Amino acid sequence: MTDAVAPGWRHLPAVASALAFAGFVSLVPAVVAGGAPTLALPWVPALGVEAAFRLDGLGLAFALLVTGIGALILLYAASYFRTDRRLGSLLLTLSAFEIAMLGVVTADDLVTLFVFWEATTITSWLLVGFDHERGAARAAALQALVITAAGGLALLAGLLLMGMTAGSWRLSGLGALQTSTAYPLILGLVVVAAFAKSAQWPFHFWLPNAMAAPTPVSAYLHSATMVKAGVYLLARLAPNLGDTALWHGLLIPAGAITMLIGAVWALRQTDLKLMLAWTTLMGLGLMTLLLGVGTPAAITAAVGFLLVHALYKAGLFLAVGMIEKGAGSRNYTDLGALARAMPVTTVVVTLAAAAMAGLPPFLGFVAKELIYAATLGNLLLTLAVVVANALMVACAGMIALRPFAGPPRSPNPTPGDPVWGLRLGPVVLAVLGLGFGLLPMLAENWLIGPMHHSVAAAPLEGHLGLWHGLGLPLGLSVATWALGLGIYLNLNRLRDGLAAAEPRLPRTEAWYDALMAGLFGVARAITAATQTGRATSYLRVTFAVLAVMVWGALLTGPIAWPSLAQLRAATFIDWAITAIVLASIAIVLRSRSRLTAIAALGGVGSGIAFIFILYGATDVAMTQLFVEILVVVFLGLAMVRLPTAGDLPFRRLNALVAAALGIGATVAVLAVLGTPLDPVLSTFFEANSYPEAHGRNIVNVILVDFRGFDTLGEISVVVIAAVAAIAVLKRRVR
Amino acid sequence: MNSLILTAATRVLVPVIVAFSFVVFMRGHNAPGGGFVGGLLAATAFALIAKARGTDAARRALHFRPLSIAAIGLACALASGFWGGIARGQFLRGMWPLLEATGSHLPLGSIPLFDLGVYLVVLGAVTGILFALDDAIEEDD
Repeated sequence: MTDAVAPGWRHLPAVASALAFAGFVSLVPAVVAGGAPTLALPWVPALGVEAAFRLDGLGLAFALLVTGIGALILLYAASYFRTDRRLGSLLLTLSAFEIAMLGVVTADDLVTLFVFWEATTITSWLLVGFDHERGAARAAALQALVITAAGGLALLAGLLLMGMTAGSWRLSGLGALQTSTAYPLILGLVVVAAFAKSAQWPFHFWLPNAMAAPTPVSAYLHSATMVKAGVYLLARLAPNLGDTALWHGLLIPAGAITMLIGAVWALRQTDLKLMLAWTTLMGLGLMTLLLGVGTPAAITAAVGFLLVHALYKAGLFLAVGMIEKGAGSRNYTDLGALARAMPVTTVVVTLAAAAMAGLPPFLGFVAKELIYAATLGNLLLTLAVVVANALMVACAGMIALRPFAGPPRSPNPTPGDPVWGLRLGPVVLAVLGLGFGLLPMLAENWLIGPMHHSVAAAPLEGHLGLWHGLGLPLGLSVATWALGLGIYLNLNRLRDGLAAAEPRLPRTEAWYDALMAGLFGVARAITAATQTGRATSYLRVTFAVLAVMVWGALLTGPIAWPSLAQLRAATFIDWAITAIVLASIAIVLRSRSRLTAIAALGGVGSGIAFIFILYGATDVAMTQLFVEILVVVFLGLAMVRLPTAGDLPFRRLNALVAAALGIGATVAVLAVLGTPLDPVLSTFFEANSYPEAHGRNIVNVILVDFRGFDTLGEISVVVIAAVAAIAVLKRRVR
Repeated sequence: MNSLILTAATRVLVPVIVAFSFVVFMRGHNAPGGGFVGGLLAATAFALIAKARGTDAARRALHFRPLSIAAIGLACALASGFWGGIARGQFLRGMWPLLEATGSHLPLGSIPLFDLGVYLVVLGAVTGILFALDDAIEEDD
């Protein structure tokens, strides 16, 4: 595989994404000036559904992240998988995901939002399960799909409720919903959707498991974009649903718990990618918490941290991919002293980790000051945020120092920086984190300010800056670094302690496992009860249902009985055939041998065919006759396999079902004879068969011309049935 | 089943039945017959070979794999549908180029093509299932 030539088109998706990014950049001035470009195409006009899009500050910032980081990731993926035969499918799925994500963050119509939301779920399922030959990847993908799709259903219900309550299907036209009676239900549904998507406790476990995905996928979905869709939803709906006791009560505790779980368990990991996954949980929890607090300062902090986090986390994920490619492992216990061999990687990781640790002059520092300023009112929250941030400092130290310092170690005997395609993205992302920190007004004017305006429904007050004077936030920052350093110095002991404690702690994932086990149990019970695998029981159910329907129609509808005079008109031949059929039925019922019974059944069918011939339905008679012949051949073949010992048993229930259906069908046919036939159809076909369809055989003309579409469906079913039957029989042979 | 009479009779009967099935199919347009019953009739011919000389012989006689025949049949029916769909904008609309060009009433056009599709689908599906069933039973023995 390694000598395969990298295809030349592999950078096209990245170029397309970069062009989209440029397009969004060109819209920045309009949005900064307070405008919101919209686009609305009619979709289902009868239901008032439009494909409506609207770019406000929040949507534009997300669109820039999705397309900008998307371009870098697609470039990176094109190099990462450049000789893999799956490159095409990866780039295609990643691009599809990017479009879906772009739809989510720009949609203004509720249904449009839902459709794109579900599209991100499905594409991310494909991406997490990209290594679909590995069982673990498939299981992780399924788990991510089950949880996020369940959240998607909650979102659908929530969006419909919102649309009906507000009387508008535009996000921009929802207005304040906090006082409506449906509010608690709406908020509950939206929160479930957002928590499932953004991996908030108690749904958080799917995110670390989703690290089964290839590195570029994790960098894109699980840091910068998809997992932020839940945060986006909460931010988007904050003006409509936010700032109530219920909002605070749901978002703040869940966010805080997720933040602390993520920060603590990040320490436990030795796989750098897994560690990043857990720190992502920390970041998502922090954003949820800040949106839950909901004050203007908290919203500024939330959107600021969102930007910081997207930049450094995507950069770090990609850098871990560089370490893995260059040194042969992403487990920091296998790595050491790579700084000299991998200078570019070292610089990138150092820059991104410094932003993560919130060191000045990085944008991360600015964001951390904002976070502290926003949570100062509540001692418990302040404490939680300080602890979580200190743990982040320790993790940043672990990523930036362990692989690059210490004694030389690496599985690859000659470690080195990977090719330029793998370097560009991480470098750009890391440098942006530094650049925005040095020039915070850029981030403020273009991204953070407009985002804040959309979420808080008011312009940003005050300015972002590296220096806010000697205040409590700065003191807390210093305390965070000190605490983080302390944790870092005791890292190995803490890690081993956590590892030892892990088996004794309750698993949050347990509820998911129990739920899935229950679901499979119910499915198995239903299958066992209904799918017996015995043809007789299927036939019994089918015939019983049919009998109930026939008798139901007979007993509830008006019936006109045929006159007995018609019976007297029967000829000798009619009676003779009836006698043959009745005699055959008697043989079927009395026979002790299957073969005799099958042959006698053939006699019944042939008798019916004779009746068709007598009354002019030659086509039907021919078909009936050949079907009878083939049925005897088939049944003869199948019956040979059945046990021959002993008599055929008599089963009362089967007899009852057979009698009910048989008598019901007879009565129904008699009732039909007594009803005058509406000749509209037969007259039409008689009149038009030759002039319109150039055929004199009306039956055949109906089948292949007038009702050709039905026949097409029927022969398709015949082919499908044959394929299925042959597959089952072949499988049985093996 | 090793019956000399059946084997000998098969050699005579099978070509006759297959030819007859085609006649039934072709006359179906104006007289009793048609693709469905024609296909069934042809299938009985191959069922006869399978009974007399085994499925291997029947498969050889059929020349194509049963499911390929069924698939070609479905393709014929679809092609017939698209013929009318593309030429007249109505899927499955009957097309009679020969009739329009010369006024001849020979059954040639999209509808007989559709009926041929039915014939092949029935032949392929019935023989396919029959052979598979036969093979499965033989493997068991």
